[in-house]
Amino acid sequence: MATLSSTDSIAPHHGPARGLSRWLFTTNHKDIGTLYLWFSFLMLLTGGCMALMIRAELFQPGLQLIEPNFFNQMTTMHGLIMVFGAVMPAFVGLANWMLPIMIGAPDMALPRMNNWSFWILPFAFSMLLSTLFMEGGGPNFGWTFYAPLSTTYAPPSVTFFIFAIHMMGISSIMGAINIIATILNLRAPGMTMMKLPLFVWTWLITAFLLIAVMPVLAGVVTMMLMDIHFGTSFFNAAGGGDPVLFQHIFWFFGHPEVYIMILPAFGIISEILPTFARKPLFGYASMVYATASIALLSFIVWVHHMFTVGLPLAGELFFMYATMLIAVPTGVKVFNWVATMFHGSMTFETPMLFAIAFVVLFTIGGFSGLMLAIAPADFQYHDTYFVVAHFHYVLVPGAVFAIIAGVYYWLPKWTGHYYDEKLGKLHFWCSFIGVNLTFFPMHFIGLAGMPRRIPDYALQFADFNMIASIGAFIFGFSQLIFLTVVIKTIRGGLQAPPAVWDEPKGLEWTIPSPAPYHTFSTPPEIK
Amino acid sequence: MKIKITVIGALLLLASPSQHTFADWQLNMPRGVTDISRSVFDLHMIIFWICVAIGVLVFGVMFWSIFHHRKSRGAKAKHFHENTFVEVIWTLIPFAILIAMAVPATATLIKMYDTSDADVDIQITGYQWKWRYQYLGENIDFFSNLSTPREQIDNSEAKGENYLLEVDNPLVIPAGKKVRFLITSADVIHSWWVPAFAVKKDAIPGFINESWTRVDEPGIYRGQCTELCGKDHGFMPVVVDVRSAEDYNTWLAQVRAEQAAEAAAAQQELGMEALMQRGEVVYNQACAACHQANGEGLPNVFPGLKNSPIVMGDIAAHIDIVLNGKPGTAMQAFGDQLSAVDLAAVITYERNAWSNNRGDKVEPTEIEKLKAANGQ
Ligand code: HEC
Ligand SMILES: [Cu+2]
Repeated sequence: MATLSSTDSIAPHHGPARGLSRWLFTTNHKDIGTLYLWFSFLMLLTGGCMALMIRAELFQPGLQLIEPNFFNQMTTMHGLIMVFGAVMPAFVGLANWMLPIMIGAPDMALPRMNNWSFWILPFAFSMLLSTLFMEGGGPNFGWTFYAPLSTTYAPPSVTFFIFAIHMMGISSIMGAINIIATILNLRAPGMTMMKLPLFVWTWLITAFLLIAVMPVLAGVVTMMLMDIHFGTSFFNAAGGGDPVLFQHIFWFFGHPEVYIMILPAFGIISEILPTFARKPLFGYASMVYATASIALLSFIVWVHHMFTVGLPLAGELFFMYATMLIAVPTGVKVFNWVATMFHGSMTFETPMLFAIAFVVLFTIGGFSGLMLAIAPADFQYHDTYFVVAHFHYVLVPGAVFAIIAGVYYWLPKWTGHYYDEKLGKLHFWCSFIGVNLTFFPMHFIGLAGMPRRIPDYALQFADFNMIASIGAFIFGFSQLIFLTVVIKTIRGGLQAPPAVWDEPKGLEWTIPSPAPYHTFSTPPEIK
Repeated sequence: MKIKITVIGALLLLASPSQHTFADWQLNMPRGVTDISRSVFDLHMIIFWICVAIGVLVFGVMFWSIFHHRKSRGAKAKHFHENTFVEVIWTLIPFAILIAMAVPATATLIKMYDTSDADVDIQITGYQWKWRYQYLGENIDFFSNLSTPREQIDNSEAKGENYLLEVDNPLVIPAGKKVRFLITSADVIHSWWVPAFAVKKDAIPGFINESWTRVDEPGIYRGQCTELCGKDHGFMPVVVDVRSAEDYNTWLAQVRAEQAAEAAAAQQELGMEALMQRGEVVYNQACAACHQANGEGLPNVFPGLKNSPIVMGDIAAHIDIVLNGKPGTAMQAFGDQLSAVDLAAVITYERNAWSNNRGDKVEPTEIEKLKAANGQ
């Protein structure tokens, strides 16, 4: 058996390679998950600095710090970086780390593609950020890049923006294919679909959404490219084109996109609440069906972003009704979470605090969403700070809090150490106060009539803008506490057992902490 | 520690009397001054109170559980995890609430869409970064520009009461009449919004959108462009001056008289000095947003006119680009935006300001001839 022992000694699958090549060439789902998460945090800080620049300029009326054209570049880049660079990669990172473990698989189904999905991102975002230093400045037309502002009237760097979007799209599509392939093919024997943890379910549905809409985004930026460089007139009215067509295509992508950023968050919250309530999730099956209905409905509501473009009455009514319908499955989810907590035996560790804050604040974002669905009222809300308040409520204390909750929840599993609970709670309370101080007043200034995306404003909006700016700085700097906690936990701390929490459910709690480099090389048995 | 200081600082700021005399703490949408705006306000309040009620219920149960069902108080977890009856109930009740909400919303929307039988028709065109108002059938046509002085924006002067919400020529409409707006754009997408009327409609190149209002109370109503339209998106307010029928007619007569005076002025030779004086005013109002007051432009975005090849070159080419613009760029055709006098003045000004010192000029009469030849 000489041959066997020699292959054994050179077999590469015993541990990570050393040095930089470990990270460059890795096909290990845990390494790639880690890369995604750090990348996302870096982008969170980058996009966050831009947000702080915006809030600093808006601290007082008048132009103080930055020029309007640069202000527009900041709002555009902030949006693009947070959506495509921070939130989406963070969820992919969590998926990489946890999905294979949760379904009892040894790794992702397509590990090499996995490596490539990640490594495209740094190039895409370097290219996007480099536009800020190009002649004429970076993209300044908003993250929704409506034509013709983003075509005929765009700075020359728009071409680089288009290619950056293409690269991000390729990365997302490959990531989504990988996730679907993994969930459908690599489940351990006995892990039937209706036994999947909800994080897995929500990601499966999210991945289908990604595959459906990322090509649409790629299509619309390609049409822009053609308009700009090859003389077509898709969106140019002077050439017989249609600027409204742009918005239809963009929001056909854009609306499912916002669910792409929230469905995995629902999954995380549905994992965390049962653990700390010590009680099974209420209404598992209805959670799955609600997620699927939200995903399906997300394809027939896009026009609620365009109520003021002047569509025919019938269209306006259809999309108003469809949008209102989304409140039903979303409500079901919130009710289920509350019922999960009801008659539990709750403790309030940091992940639980973030999860509870998620339920409350996401619901507030849902309420303003329901208000925005009422088309006649939307004529007043549209493109004001009310909308800014709405989508920041669902994205920051919504998606971002869920991501943070997930990181605290699984960090002991990843590192083998408990994090510092005191610092974690400090991080929570600073973030909670900061986020509400920033975004709650925006409801008021929006209703009072302040349009979004303006670098200077009328005097009656001054007080609330000042509060929002102060809140933004509190929220921004509290993320440094988060960084501190994570680094401290990686370097040491109380040793965590396999089941990190009090009898948590799920395969991830059956393997040692830290999770070994390779898990479930032989599939576990599911009863 | 740092955070604490910020928080204390914030509280101090909040406690100190506000430094902006006109700042207020308006929390809600204005009720507005039209039937439509009041219906919209009512819808807004109904849906708001529905959300509050649901919120109180859901968060109430949640916080009650958080308080009573905590481990530290010795709560033992129960193990129920589904109940078809409550799940059906909490799917059906929201559904019913939504239907109840959809009915008044639909009725209001139908009213808003009824643009028939208007008494006055006004075409509104968005330009980077001003509005144009054309009264159909009245031969009245003018632009409305931000009139807040640059110094207030740059903080070198105290800000006025209507900072950023004031214009040189407001839209004037008669009270008690149904006014229909035909809204479009000459360049990028803008959006015309007056909160007090609950009218917000996108101005889209190549499309004409319709909207309408009927205001009973004379008064001045202010709004803004709400669709990102480039650099000065925050600086293109909407001001509507609603006047009684009588005052409205006086205003019409006054505008006609001004137009006649303007036409007469176009027949005269003005001379260098008068042209330069007027040119500076026109330039600062119509061109400085892009080419900057010092004529240096914004590098790679808007060209400078100081020492620029066209301005320093043949005057015919200079006149041509100002009259006809350059399609596909932000440089608009000013031929149908400015009067012959203003055009002559601004072109002369550009040729002689900022050490350009070309020494030549163009008179309104020459512009008139060119405009006639262009059919403008
Ligand atoms: C919305 C922005 C904007 C405004 C307002 C504007 N311009 Fe321009 N202008 C431009 C741009 C952009 C160009 C460059 C067009 C090109 O690509 O050649 C330009 C070019 C010019 C040129 C040619 C410069 C050269 O040497 O190439 C002249 C002359 C000029 N503008 C005069 C004016 C005058 C006079 C006004 C006011 C009545 C005015 N512009 C208002 C954007 C603007
Ligand atoms: Cu505008």
